[in-house]
Amino acid sequence: MKRFVPLTITFFVGTLLIFSVFIPPMETLGENFTLFFDIIAVFAFFLGGGNLIRVHFTKISRKKEDWPFSFVTIFGFLFMLAAGLFKIGNPGDIASSVTAPDSLFEMVYRAVFVPLGSTMYALLAFFVASASYRAFRAKNREATLLLIAAFIILLGSTPFGTMLTSWVPELMSVLQIPNLAVWIMSSPNLAGQRAILIGIGLGVVSISLRLILGLERTYLGDDGA
Amino acid sequence: MMVHNLISTILITGENIGVTVSLAVIFGGLAWLMYRSIKGREVDRRVIFLFIFVAVATPIIFTITFEFKATPIVRALYDKIESLPENSTVLLSYDFDPAMAPEVQPMANALTRHCLAKGHKIVYMCLFATGQGQLERTFREVIRPEFADKVDGIDYVNLGYKAGNEGVLNVIITDFQKMFPTDVNTVPYDSIPIFNNIKSCKDLDFIVSIGGGRPGIKEWILFVGDPGDIPIAAGVAAVVAPQLYPYYPNQLLGLLGGVKGAAEYENTLKDNYPRFENSDTPAIKMMGPQTLAHIVIMLFIIIGNILYFREKRLGKHK
Repeated sequence: MKRFVPLTITFFVGTLLIFSVFIPPMETLGENFTLFFDIIAVFAFFLGGGNLIRVHFTKISRKKEDWPFSFVTIFGFLFMLAAGLFKIGNPGDIASSVTAPDSLFEMVYRAVFVPLGSTMYALLAFFVASASYRAFRAKNREATLLLIAAFIILLGSTPFGTMLTSWVPELMSVLQIPNLAVWIMSSPNLAGQRAILIGIGLGVVSISLRLILGLERTYLGDDGA
Repeated sequence: MMVHNLISTILITGENIGVTVSLAVIFGGLAWLMYRSIKGREVDRRVIFLFIFVAVATPIIFTITFEFKATPIVRALYDKIESLPENSTVLLSYDFDPAMAPEVQPMANALTRHCLAKGHKIVYMCLFATGQGQLERTFREVIRPEFADKVDGIDYVNLGYKAGNEGVLNVIITDFQKMFPTDVNTVPYDSIPIFNNIKSCKDLDFIVSIGGGRPGIKEWILFVGDPGDIPIAAGVAAVVAPQLYPYYPNQLLGLLGGVKGAAEYENTLKDNYPRFENSDTPAIKMMGPQTLAHIVIMLFIIIGNILYFREKRLGKHK
């Protein structure tokens, strides 16, 4: 019974959703199931929020490593939650947009969250440079090919690429760096990406069928035995 | 001649002495590191960080900018918006967070400028919770200061964020109202003039997803573009762009990839719309730091390989 119920629900819903794509009268049913999914997705936020508080409270109470950071996490979470829920400083009423201009939520988002996010992303430039210096070495034929392609793409994405090969006659314009970069992206890269996409597609179909038919049971929380 | 062009391009704008000194420091320093590498000396990680910092900071301080043409994949998106008849409805989906914003927010702002200047109507929505904050940025930076005559609900509407990822798309392809009974200001769907003739995504003229994560452009293509035969384009972070080439040009009409794509779009917009001559162009400004940083990274790769081959040669001698 413990396995029979979830397996039956999976089989029923999975089959129904497949049929709803191919049988027009069943379209509305599929749509309603998607709406149920969206409602469940909203409840995932409650679960996520509750879990976040539980994990960090445990960390603080047991004084685990870096526990003071958990204070910051919980404070930030509760502060933003209150600002958004009660629309603090919001020029409109309680029903107005959570990101209305001059609301506390929008102000903190703009003044704290945006700069922090951008800073984290900007740090990538430093690590990419350091990693490229250490790892990008022509150790064998494949690595050399990768290195050449990377150089062309890097140059092609800057105006220097255009300038360096602007002397190449129009008849041989394919050898100009920006055109070579486009060729790499739209031929070898395209072929590789398509192969990956087709592989993923086939994998999704196969795993979906296994789930619907009850052959794949790891989602039940044990090894499915 | 080529060298002259190169230097004159670097110095299109900016304070010449400051730029020259900064570039001399960067490239002089790299030449010195290259000499050291020939002698077998490794480069410390902190030195690399310092060079990247100077390479990024110099163009920002001295406003080094470059001129470039739009590539066909960017031009395709621009031309599509140009070719739509006035009063067409375009959906812009903000599927990104602040971390991705430096690359894609300029695209979102440029697309908003283009659509409103052409007289199109815009439906805004987001599949990322943080997209709503980014949307507010477009309202603050573009719509309110530059298009004060445009009216909320008539010329544009903000539907905000809805949880459910591709589930949201699966519903709005047949019925917008089911998923968005009101806009972000709780105005009922039926009383928003822009939706008078719009029931679902199939009634839209064009969709552009701006982002690079999941849910994003792939979901838009799979759940809306293909099943509804709706033209779709995208603006994404540079790292994501190569993954989207398989969809171009049939399932994806055009693609803005990273800062370069955004800068090409801003450049094309400025060239064709004199009213945007003095508008902010963050992507064009960012191309200076990106170009110098790319060159510094390439030179560091060369230095790394000099060291590698030197060690290999010495190893063979042993």
